[in-house]
Amino acid sequence: MTGRNLPPLSLHVPEPTFRPGDEADYSSFPVPVAGAVRRPEIGAAPAEMRDLSYDMVRVLDEDGAAQGPWDPRLSPETLLKMLRSMALTRAFDERLYRAQRQGKTSFYMKCTGEEATSIAAAHALDYDDMCFPSYRQQGLLIARDWPIVDMINQIYSNSADRLKGRQMPIMYSVRDANFFSISGNLTTQYPQAVGWAMASAARGDTRIAAAWCGEGSTAEGDFHSAMTFAAVYRAPVILNVINNQWAISSFSGFAGAEATTFAARAIGYGIAGLRVDGNDALAVYAATQWAADRARSNHGPTLIEHFTYRAEGHSTSDDPTKYRSADEGTKWPLGDPIARLKKHVIGLGIWDEERHAAMDREVAEQVKAAQREAEKSGVLHDGLKQSFDPMFEDVFETMPWHLEEQREQMLEERKAAGI
Amino acid sequence: MSAEQAAGETRTMNMIQAINSALDVSMERDEGIVVLGEDVGYFGGVFKATEGLQKRYGKTRVFDTPISECGIIGVAVGMATYGLRPVPEIQFADYIYPALDQLVSEAARLRYRSAGEYTAPITVRTPFGGGIFGGQTHSQSPEGIFTHVAGLKTVIPSNPYDAKGLLIAAIEDNDPVIFFEPKRIYNGPFDGHYDRPVAPWSRFPESEVPTGHYRIELGKAKVVREGGDVTILCYGTMVHVAKGVVEESGIDAEIIDLRTLVPLDIETVAASVKKTGRCVVVHEATKTAGYGAELSALVQEHCFHWLEAPVQRVTGWDTPYPHSLEWAYFPGPVRLTQALKRVMQD
Repeated sequence: MTGRNLPPLSLHVPEPTFRPGDEADYSSFPVPVAGAVRRPEIGAAPAEMRDLSYDMVRVLDEDGAAQGPWDPRLSPETLLKMLRSMALTRAFDERLYRAQRQGKTSFYMKCTGEEATSIAAAHALDYDDMCFPSYRQQGLLIARDWPIVDMINQIYSNSADRLKGRQMPIMYSVRDANFFSISGNLTTQYPQAVGWAMASAARGDTRIAAAWCGEGSTAEGDFHSAMTFAAVYRAPVILNVINNQWAISSFSGFAGAEATTFAARAIGYGIAGLRVDGNDALAVYAATQWAADRARSNHGPTLIEHFTYRAEGHSTSDDPTKYRSADEGTKWPLGDPIARLKKHVIGLGIWDEERHAAMDREVAEQVKAAQREAEKSGVLHDGLKQSFDPMFEDVFETMPWHLEEQREQMLEERKAAGI
Repeated sequence: MSAEQAAGETRTMNMIQAINSALDVSMERDEGIVVLGEDVGYFGGVFKATEGLQKRYGKTRVFDTPISECGIIGVAVGMATYGLRPVPEIQFADYIYPALDQLVSEAARLRYRSAGEYTAPITVRTPFGGGIFGGQTHSQSPEGIFTHVAGLKTVIPSNPYDAKGLLIAAIEDNDPVIFFEPKRIYNGPFDGHYDRPVAPWSRFPESEVPTGHYRIELGKAKVVREGGDVTILCYGTMVHVAKGVVEESGIDAEIIDLRTLVPLDIETVAASVKKTGRCVVVHEATKTAGYGAELSALVQEHCFHWLEAPVQRVTGWDTPYPHSLEWAYFPGPVRLTQALKRVMQD
């Protein structure tokens, strides 16, 4: 120690580029050229495609035209179905966010700006592929045509809620749509998806698994356990990281984004990694399709980073203007996923402004009608709509004596108190 | 006993062999059962509990894993969601903490939070307890952490016969079960006299284990010695410590081997304490907020008017498990004898 002529150590604490009051300026952000990135064979060795973890797969150019080898060449029906699912998801989010503000439920989370990352992925997967979502993948259910009234019942914890009012709003579970029960603990679903995929492979099945987490929660141990297991057993799984830049108020730098990309996490594990423009539905579709084909052909897992932007707050519980620049979203250099897909289909001559406006009206009406239908079964804050009976059920398959005793005690105490 | 007794031939087994037999019999009957964990495959486990299984059932049903308890349990939950029935091994209970979130927030709550859409029928086998000079990282008894979690069952056998029947029942149970194996008694019923040799299981009737399939119902305790003066509540290794002390002290104690901590067989416990009027709770785990505190509270709630003396607890001290002083830590015959004398004085 003695005699060293060094400055004192200093601790680096990351700081985002823009804070409230700053004007967001992305002029130094190099927007990658659409169509410029190569598309490897689905069996490519991970070591042969490391560049794809740092580059960015983009298909739609500034004019909305599809470019390059990743163009999935989708049918007009698929393109318009994706567009409609995205529009419905956005309308759903707006309506249910408002319902929370109106006091009809306790909590809500929008996925505005990130619709493509769920919806295009869902279209590229088979319906019986198993999804292990995080909390911002409502687009998966909507893309799989799950009735939105059922989703609203869950959000309201009302008497028609299949989850019996046990879960916070948006923590859906839909086995019939191959959609896993959402946990509020982050990235726990990652090793579970890998395990599901390992089981599918061990049983000689053809179905694969896909998981989603945010860039912030790639810092969780579960993420790294999952990556190790996925690599070791070459599990048929797609591991999606939705890099929406913000984890509540912490920017992606707190998950390591200042030093590298999230797709590059794949390199150390020997997993195929792709970095994709998450606001480009065609790029998301193409990357998911590539990874699904790869998994289904026993070539193993793929980590996909979806580079996108969380256009709204984390949830109804935070105000993003308190921690980030207000115009980041509008100035986001990769645009809006719905606007970009709309431009594409109009360019193809299969869509126009009138039909788009009509669709927006239809999906808004669809959400309103579903909301009315759901409210017939009650909303969270208009009194306890759930029966007390199921409160002690499903802790175990059969109720043990101590839960029977506690249930009786609860009912007796309520009765004694006159409630 | 008759419902628990299996027909057919028996073989002399120690606890490891009985556990191995339970896994073998279960895997033979149900293709969905998979065994995973550190060193469980080719090598057959560091305690040899899974020996021969990979050879018999193949690498896709019995396989080694990375050293990641979080991954082992997370993957097991995912496999269970697929429809399999995983039996992960955590090499030492001391290593289970990295898997806590997957056990506590995921496996335990999956049935409840999905209203039964998804379940996690996994059985986590893990050796626990001290007395092997394992220091603080190979000796712990963390059962109280798991008995505190809604949705988990906790099972602890005390002999080869029970180990096999309870493990089969745990595997076939549709809820997640933590199956703690008292490693100090894998080879013989250690009574706490560390300065004496331990007789092998083969000298005891509990080592006569049916080679076929049988179950011991979870949630049923066993009265291993009937007595009138005091009730000793214990499980795992402590059952044998209690038996030794009772034999030597001449106190007419009733010894109850709980076998399952959750759900607890409260009827057997309460009936015994109401009969004897006195109760000593014994476990190796640390004292404060341990499972003994729950037992103590339950005895008080159910048997208050029958109690002649305060419930005594004989437990590990509230320190980490000390390597060289483990016999000062281990709640052995000296301490149990004194606790019995105290409870009989009042």
